[in-house]
Amino acid sequence: MLAEFLQYLFSGITTGAIYALVALGFTLVYNASHVINFAQGEFLMIGGMATVSLLALGIPLPLAIFMAILLAGILGILLQRLAIAPAKHADVITLIIITIGASIFLRGLAQLIWGKELHALPSFSSTESLHVGGAVMYTQSLWVLGIATVIVLALVVFFKYTLMGKAILATSMNKRAAQLVGIRIQWVLMIAFMLAATLGAVAGVAIAPISFTTYDIGIMLGLKGFVAAAIGGLGSGVGAVVGGLLLGIAETMTAGYISSEYKDAVAFLLILLILFFMPRGLFGSRVAERV
Amino acid sequence: MRHMHSRWGSQISFLSLALVLVALPFVMQNDFHFDIATQIAIIAATVVGLNLLVGFAGQVSLGHAAFFAIGAYSSAILTSRYGFTPLPAMLAGAVGVAVLALILGKPILRLKGHYLSMATLGLGIIIAIIINNEGWLTGGPDGIPVPPLSVFGMELSIFEQYEIAGYTLSGTLLWYILAAGLLLVAVWIAQNLIDSPIGRALRAVHGSEVAARVVGVDTTRYKALVFVISAVYASVMGSFFAHYSGFITPQIASFQHSIELITMVVLGGMASTYGVILGAALLLLLPQLLTDFQDYEMMMFGLILMLTMIFMPKGLLPTFQQILRRALRRSPKTDP
Repeated sequence: MLAEFLQYLFSGITTGAIYALVALGFTLVYNASHVINFAQGEFLMIGGMATVSLLALGIPLPLAIFMAILLAGILGILLQRLAIAPAKHADVITLIIITIGASIFLRGLAQLIWGKELHALPSFSSTESLHVGGAVMYTQSLWVLGIATVIVLALVVFFKYTLMGKAILATSMNKRAAQLVGIRIQWVLMIAFMLAATLGAVAGVAIAPISFTTYDIGIMLGLKGFVAAAIGGLGSGVGAVVGGLLLGIAETMTAGYISSEYKDAVAFLLILLILFFMPRGLFGSRVAERV
Repeated sequence: MRHMHSRWGSQISFLSLALVLVALPFVMQNDFHFDIATQIAIIAATVVGLNLLVGFAGQVSLGHAAFFAIGAYSSAILTSRYGFTPLPAMLAGAVGVAVLALILGKPILRLKGHYLSMATLGLGIIIAIIINNEGWLTGGPDGIPVPPLSVFGMELSIFEQYEIAGYTLSGTLLWYILAAGLLLVAVWIAQNLIDSPIGRALRAVHGSEVAARVVGVDTTRYKALVFVISAVYASVMGSFFAHYSGFITPQIASFQHSIELITMVVLGGMASTYGVILGAALLLLLPQLLTDFQDYEMMMFGLILMLTMIFMPKGLLPTFQQILRRALRRSPKTDP
């Protein structure tokens, strides 16, 4: 009984940590630009797939991972520079379609390079799994949790103590005022997209040894990251992490105790319920609508 | 205002559309062309309904394929498993969708911006998952066959030939005529709605919801109303689509299909009824044109979508109209 519960909890926290990273990517971009980047999920795919390819070229795993993440970061910058920046006066829905266009483009590119097959990535370390209270904790899960924790802490430091982090926060609060005190908005936007893409790629690499990776995994992972971000209230960093973990746990518990077929529906049912009763998510700010 | 369509202007546009639809059969050469044209007409009619919600009332829906699918599956299930004839099945689907949209519309439309996108997206995906999982009813991922459309015992199938007033007409031609007629009816209803007090109220909601409320527009009621109308459009067209294609799969309920529908609206030109028809036609023709590129098809599709929206954020038709207007305005000035 307890072992079963613990097992679901462990895998829930693991996927939850991944969702949290994706949600943080959404939050970063949303805060800096008020854009929901539907291509966010594709960076997970690129992170995982590029690592697989680089590894096949004989590059050692740590370097391969680093290069894959770098590649995603560059693609993030390109996305902002080439697709989002030129359309700055566009409607919200037009921007959504642009990022969807970008995600279809990246998926098409991935399909061309890597085909439609599943690709596997080895675990980061080959030590044996831990046994806690009868439940198994895979070492890769520990890696995922460790990486997620480090990243969250790094982000806290980044936003609290670095000039760039403060500039992003200032821009998200008031763009005009940020510009007036000399913050270069275009830089802020570029950095935000780059960081979001990097976060996505890290999540993609970390989860690849647990679930296989393929050219279209970005769709569902991206959407669930969006749900996690919205559960917490768009724009809230704490909200994104809590939303991600909550979603991951809710999903595995449903799969374990209720129905594995409806596992993917949990995220969307949860967000509907939350939005019906709390239209701005759990941690969303209650700002007055501007007329 | 942006919408300066006089009665005359809208009648001319309507006649032009009718003329194009009448002229097409003389240009199209084979069953394949007719097939594409029929599908475009059915989807275009769906999108005309979606545009009422997105383009005119300014409420984003990323889950409209769900309503289309409920209509299609109601027709399929009620006719093949419960002995309904097509029209009552279609009606039942539409009523079901209307009730669903009415119940869910209120809490969903209270949301704004990205939260509204999120909620409609979630609703759409949940319905898609249900259709996928409840195989005993829907046939699951493999899909379900749908009997041909029939009215009072007369069947309309694309595989048959029909004798009408001494002429032999193919089922494909008749289906095209039906779909074209449906599109015209869809446009006619939408245009009348837009020109009615309801339409004015909706545009006020789009402009500024608070201002609309201040001048006494019951914004909640109008938003719910247009949500129901656009959902019923999708449901009815879903039913026709099911009978036309003879076989449906959960693909029609998928997130991708919802995205295709909203893309047609934005690509063609939000708040432009004829623009979104153009959007539907282009988006459905594009894969046909790109088949030559094979492996590059998906990439090209994404690229074209991105570039069009970056350089024509108002959509195709409004951009063309703007260019045309500017050209017309400029030419007399060069005279003196």
